Amino acid sequence: MIAEIGHFALIAAFLLAGLQATVPLYGAHKGDRGMMELARSTAVGQFALVLLAFAALVNAFVTSDFSVLNVAQNSHSTKPMLYKISGAWGNHEGSLLLWALILSLFGAMVACFGRNLPPSLRARTLAIQGMIALGFLAFMLFTSNPFDRILAPPSDGAGLNPLLQDPGLAFHPPFLYFGYVGLSISFSFAVAALIEGKVDAAWARWVRPWTLAAWCGLTVGIGLGSWWAYYELGWGGFWFWDPVENASFMPWLAATALLHSAIVVEKRDALKSWTILLAIVAFSMSLLGTFLVRSGVLTSVHAFATDPERGVFILALLAVTVGGSLTLFAIRAPKLQTTGVFQPISREGALLLNNLFLSAAAATVLLGTLYPLFLDVLDAGKVSVGPPFFNATFGPLMAPVLGAMVIGPFLSWKRADFRQAMQKLWLGVAAAVTAIVLVLILSGAEGILPAVGVGAAVWIICGTLLELADRVKLARVPLSESWRRARRTPRAAYGMTVAHLGVGLVVAGVLGATVFKTESIQNMKPGNVVDVAGYTFTLDRVERLNGPNYQAERAVFRISTDGEQFATVNAERRAYPVEGDTTTEAGIHTTWVADLYAVIGEGNPRDGWTTRIYHNPLVPWIWLGTIVMSLGGVISLTDRRLRIGAPSRRRAPTGGPSSPAPAE
Amino acid sequence: MRRLLYFLPLVICLGIALFFYRGLDLNPRDLPSALINKPAPEFSLPALPGRDIQRADDGLARTDLTTGKPVVVNVWASWCIPCVAEHPLVDRLAKREGVTVHGINYRDRPDAAAAWLKRLGDPYAKVGKDESGRVSIDWGVYGVPETYVVDGDGVILYRHAGALSPEILERKILPLVKGGG
Repeated sequence: MIAEIGHFALIAAFLLAGLQATVPLYGAHKGDRGMMELARSTAVGQFALVLLAFAALVNAFVTSDFSVLNVAQNSHSTKPMLYKISGAWGNHEGSLLLWALILSLFGAMVACFGRNLPPSLRARTLAIQGMIALGFLAFMLFTSNPFDRILAPPSDGAGLNPLLQDPGLAFHPPFLYFGYVGLSISFSFAVAALIEGKVDAAWARWVRPWTLAAWCGLTVGIGLGSWWAYYELGWGGFWFWDPVENASFMPWLAATALLHSAIVVEKRDALKSWTILLAIVAFSMSLLGTFLVRSGVLTSVHAFATDPERGVFILALLAVTVGGSLTLFAIRAPKLQTTGVFQPISREGALLLNNLFLSAAAATVLLGTLYPLFLDVLDAGKVSVGPPFFNATFGPLMAPVLGAMVIGPFLSWKRADFRQAMQKLWLGVAAAVTAIVLVLILSGAEGILPAVGVGAAVWIICGTLLELADRVKLARVPLSESWRRARRTPRAAYGMTVAHLGVGLVVAGVLGATVFKTESIQNMKPGNVVDVAGYTFTLDRVERLNGPNYQAERAVFRISTDGEQFATVNAERRAYPVEGDTTTEAGIHTTWVADLYAVIGEGNPRDGWTTRIYHNPLVPWIWLGTIVMSLGGVISLTDRRLRIGAPSRRRAPTGGPSSPAPAE
Repeated sequence: MRRLLYFLPLVICLGIALFFYRGLDLNPRDLPSALINKPAPEFSLPALPGRDIQRADDGLARTDLTTGKPVVVNVWASWCIPCVAEHPLVDRLAKREGVTVHGINYRDRPDAAAAWLKRLGDPYAKVGKDESGRVSIDWGVYGVPETYVVDGDGVILYRHAGALSPEILERKILPLVKGGG
């Protein structure tokens, strides 16, 4: 019964989305206030209905209602509660429902918090959002209904892929989708602006927080996914350039570019059609990812069970959404008037450089991901494009971005003095050069790449901190004056500082994981000892244990350095009888400067076990860095001008002991 | 002219969509190399230093594949775990079955690679070091390990991505190198 309520809620949401997609658009055209206002109520109503459907599905999973096909195929009664819940979105139909839920959530948020938007822009934005929802709800109702019943329910379910039974992955899709789908709002804003024929500073200020929120979610989502791959797949790596990873990374690159170009639109009234294009492209990349994962055109470890009928449907959806918006772009964008002009050496110039290279990187990842498909279709043979291609192309494209992201904030708008900026940065240059030389000496000049990488990380972190110091005139004015300036600095500026520091941490972490790791593979019996990077690992014992729905072999390692034991880690190999699969759980001890990582492979008490032990310096910084980056986004979101939406951001605080108090 | 530029994104998008439409009918899981039954790419790699075998110090190049005798090319790295797993099979191929096996050492530190061979045994006739990974890109290497069978004229007959298994060795590779002559 509850499943049917969910189904009906979906149908009702579909009908409401139809209203939301049409009436407000006509109202905005005619200038009819009532019709425009319909956008808000339908957006909120649609969200409530999809939420109801989602709750019905989660309920079916929690109560193990195996008369629902989706539950029978993807759940099992002995599964821990967390994975019963996360199982609701661990499959094609359920994840699509999560998609629709977040889509309508963003629509409802614009309806509720977008009070200061001009009514016609708000109505058009929500109408576009309604169109996307219409497409996805139709897709679900016609090809992928999560509430289908089976006539003869099985006594128990088929279980969930054991790899997915993991806390990291339980929360990975919600964050990732929040980012993926959140970009729909930037897209809707862009299309609405094209319909209106007007893009101005106010538009950029409205669209930026939504993009920023989606970007934060996407950053955390990608970080969680990579973290999961690191400890669950058990080979010490964190990123594999798998088509599905790329599918989440391309929208991230586009959204990052969008965040930066929107600043230029807001402050300088330039780069308008480019920003609109980026907003369209960013969401198109999300849709593309959805298509790639669900249509079976590419192979991936993450792909859902595929079905050609679904593929055709999503492709049609993709073609209409992206093709339609790009047609509108081709017709309308040339008419957008730009007033801001700037010299190549300027803040705008640096942001443009960032945009060019981020877009080129996104295009490269796109090409690498789709190249096998292109050749296959042209009957030119089958190839696969792996890490060698991405490693050779992505790094060089990122290098200018990493260089410019430090210098950019020192440059003034419109026209800047490069020499002067570099003079302020001499300490950063010195630190980076020192780091490079130091690494070259310590590693015996073995490779230039690790040294340059370390230099880049030091450059970003030092340069970003120097920018903050320069902003508050640290050491040039009395400390109390600096403190006063620090408190007057808008939160958006702090957001940038924090996010850029996060990038520095990620660069350092990636470097540690790729060039500085030490690894040792051997056969061990209890009592055996192995030395890795100055740490002594002793295999203490291997024990059998029973989990809620698996049996495991757990290896306990004692780790000591200089004869002093300081940690034990447990590495497990789990066998899931229901699914007939095994997984590895790496034992990780982190010192925050390095990870000590142990994995147990096959073996038995007589012959011993294969063990792999890694020393991964700086790796924890990858995830720390992604969290710091999104934290920067959140800080920027709390900026006064976004909360108030008025351009009066230069008002000094009234003084008093507290830091700048929120206005509301 | 400038107006036309604004249509470029649309054209690209429609082009990609067309490819997707055709791609829906194809199965990406058949994953042979694009180079099957084609000549192996032109390449020349410096020798991996520090190996025990003396005559192996002259590098690996395309000419080593056109000696008239079928050879096996195995792409490996010391940091690669499946390479350890398949190593006994490579060893068997070279020492027990008498097949010439050349190695391409993919993105590795030479000292680590040489130490790895000392520890696990060195079945390779020649080992070229591909530190930049460039040659491996030409071969279409997806990840290590990968194994290719090349006939006496330098034409690639077979490719296996991932660690070898006894079945692959017996059913696919041995018939090719023994029968192909």
